[in-house]
Amino acid sequence: MKKVICFVLASAGALLVLTAQQRPIQIEVSKDGGMPVIAIPDFRGSGDAQKFMAAFNETLYADVNSSGLFKIVSKSFLPLFVPQQPSDFQQPPPPPADNPRGRSTQITQPTNGGGHWMQDWANPPAQARYMASGYTAVQNGVFVLQGWLYDLSKGNPTNGQLIGNRYLGSVDEAGARKVAHEFAADIVGLFGGKSLFGTHIFFSSNRTGHKEIWMMDPDGKNQRQITRFNSISTYPNVSPDGSKIAFTSWRPGQPAIFIFSVDPVRDLRYYNQTASVNQAGSFTPDGKQIVYASSAGNGVCCRIFIANLDGTGFRPISSSSAIEVEPKVNPKTGTDIVFTSGRSGPQQIYRMNMDGADVERLTAGTGEASNPSWNPDGQHIAFAWTQGYATGAFNIFTMSVANRDYVQLTHGDGKNENPSWAPDGAHIVFAKTRGRSSQIWSMLANGTQLQQLTTVGDNERPVWGK
Amino acid sequence: MFSKRKLSTIVLAVSLAMFAAGCKKKVPAPPPPAPPPPATDVPVVRPAAPTVAQFTAEPTSIQRGQSATLRWEVSGNATSVSIDQGIGTVQSTGNRRVNPSDSTTYTLTATGPGGSTTASATVNVAAPPPPPPPPAPATVATLGQRIDTELSDAFFDYDKTDIRSDGRDILTRDAAALKAILNDFPGAAIVIEGHCDERGSAEYNLGLGDRRASAAKEFLQGLGVPADRLKTISYGKERPQCTEGNETCWQKNRRVHFAPGQ
Repeated sequence: MKKVICFVLASAGALLVLTAQQRPIQIEVSKDGGMPVIAIPDFRGSGDAQKFMAAFNETLYADVNSSGLFKIVSKSFLPLFVPQQPSDFQQPPPPPADNPRGRSTQITQPTNGGGHWMQDWANPPAQARYMASGYTAVQNGVFVLQGWLYDLSKGNPTNGQLIGNRYLGSVDEAGARKVAHEFAADIVGLFGGKSLFGTHIFFSSNRTGHKEIWMMDPDGKNQRQITRFNSISTYPNVSPDGSKIAFTSWRPGQPAIFIFSVDPVRDLRYYNQTASVNQAGSFTPDGKQIVYASSAGNGVCCRIFIANLDGTGFRPISSSSAIEVEPKVNPKTGTDIVFTSGRSGPQQIYRMNMDGADVERLTAGTGEASNPSWNPDGQHIAFAWTQGYATGAFNIFTMSVANRDYVQLTHGDGKNENPSWAPDGAHIVFAKTRGRSSQIWSMLANGTQLQQLTTVGDNERPVWGK
Repeated sequence: MFSKRKLSTIVLAVSLAMFAAGCKKKVPAPPPPAPPPPATDVPVVRPAAPTVAQFTAEPTSIQRGQSATLRWEVSGNATSVSIDQGIGTVQSTGNRRVNPSDSTTYTLTATGPGGSTTASATVNVAAPPPPPPPPAPATVATLGQRIDTELSDAFFDYDKTDIRSDGRDILTRDAAALKAILNDFPGAAIVIEGHCDERGSAEYNLGLGDRRASAAKEFLQGLGVPADRLKTISYGKERPQCTEGNETCWQKNRRVHFAPGQ
């Protein structure tokens, strides 16, 4: 049985590679600002596969939707008949030939195919340009998705087929979600989007009674606990390759830095220099060092330090007597650091070179600004700012570091903090506190497509890794 | 070789035969032999063995540590009189003070030409009753209790780490109490926790809490509290004692608090 599965997987994998290589299609994303309109009818599964189709359809829709690249047609506008494979499409009958002898015949000519015609999907009320369809089945113990994407403007499935692939997963809900993620990744990829499937969000949750580090998929699924310190463990940051996290824990008594590998979960035994506070480690772009905040040396928290991943070679970078924390090295250049400092009064965001020189304040000095996070492009940051709101009432902003133009993404509705950019540079995950409850949300970097990812316990400090 | 069944048949047959034989009428037993004739020896006059007229212990029960007196009197012809348990040969009449630690039976042996006679006396030794329980310790407060009852939190302004005038008064009283407590608990250290309200980033608040704890420690040190027995831990905004979103609550959280050290 295993051999059969292996064979099926291997041959299907080879097929996938072949089709991927042969794919010549390049989608022109319209320049007029209108988003491509896509129809995604519910897929059905044959036999046992149907049990998992709710999870499948939910995942496919959510992934395509959260890419922010499409306008998805409301399902209520879709035709009733859903072609499940190219051969299900029918050509509309040819237009009636002119009857030279009179006009009384041909009044029974149908105006639509009820879904059997491609035109049914392209015409009102659906008015889609693209359509994803297909079906799933269980074959030899494997959950198989046959997925197609059509350009409806081409008139027939042969000319209009953009994607026609098999996707394989395990016969369970996780397998159904996996193939949906992969199919969605192909669709989004055709339009220049990067799928976040396979990336992870790390965060801190108190659902066990103590703050521990957790991780989850970008859609909030597969939440799992990483630390079991029964202390306070929080402020995670993730290495550029997604394989390690640095976080702060009170487990030793005073707050100290820990570095763990993620898979398998292992304490990499970071050596903390003697200090009342070592905290907020974040990785350099080469993944070989961390920058962090420490009270070492002068005994007051905190200056910005840099050290190797084992804690050796530590040295201070900043020299201010103010509280300076939350250092983040530019992921693109590796040559400058954004951080927050109280050196001019209330906490603001600053930038400096890796040697501590050329310090400049990025935020205007109004309110309090904190939680800087780099866009992977190395040119923008997201951060939390109270500007225009009461002290402590943070909202998420983005800013171009070069010209300091900023955009406000959230507008109240609780406290919005700790933004972290997704690897695609198009999504942001953050923590929203309403009342006494803090939960993790994701959104597009323009503030739309808000999606709550956690519900159990209080969850905070999200950080999005590869 | 017999089969099992055959074997058991044979055994059954043999035992039946034996049983049948057992049922045979018994032959009457022969009459018992005649009893021996009465002794007809001429009695020989032999000297009588000594007599122990008295062998007592007074009292027979003592508490451990007390003593008892053995008294004895042997009459008749005795060549030697001895008592065991380490007493040895004694006069035929006398007394001896003993203080056994456990119940002991003394055996007196009087030996004469006519033989030996023994007598015994027992001294029962009762273990002393258990001493009364030690007096209930005058309720000595634990380190944690002393800290909770004798030390007060000092509070801070928003985003500030310098000690306010009300904080100076509180910490001055705390300093006196701290000296007393540290004196009473010579091995103990006390932790000064720095706390903050929920506003501002967590990392920044960790810095604030660290500075608040350090400022309090420095102030207490200035008043003569031994610095090596004061530790600081910043909790930033991780452990608020009040979780409402208003200034009353925030003020309660901007504080230094004392706790037992490790």
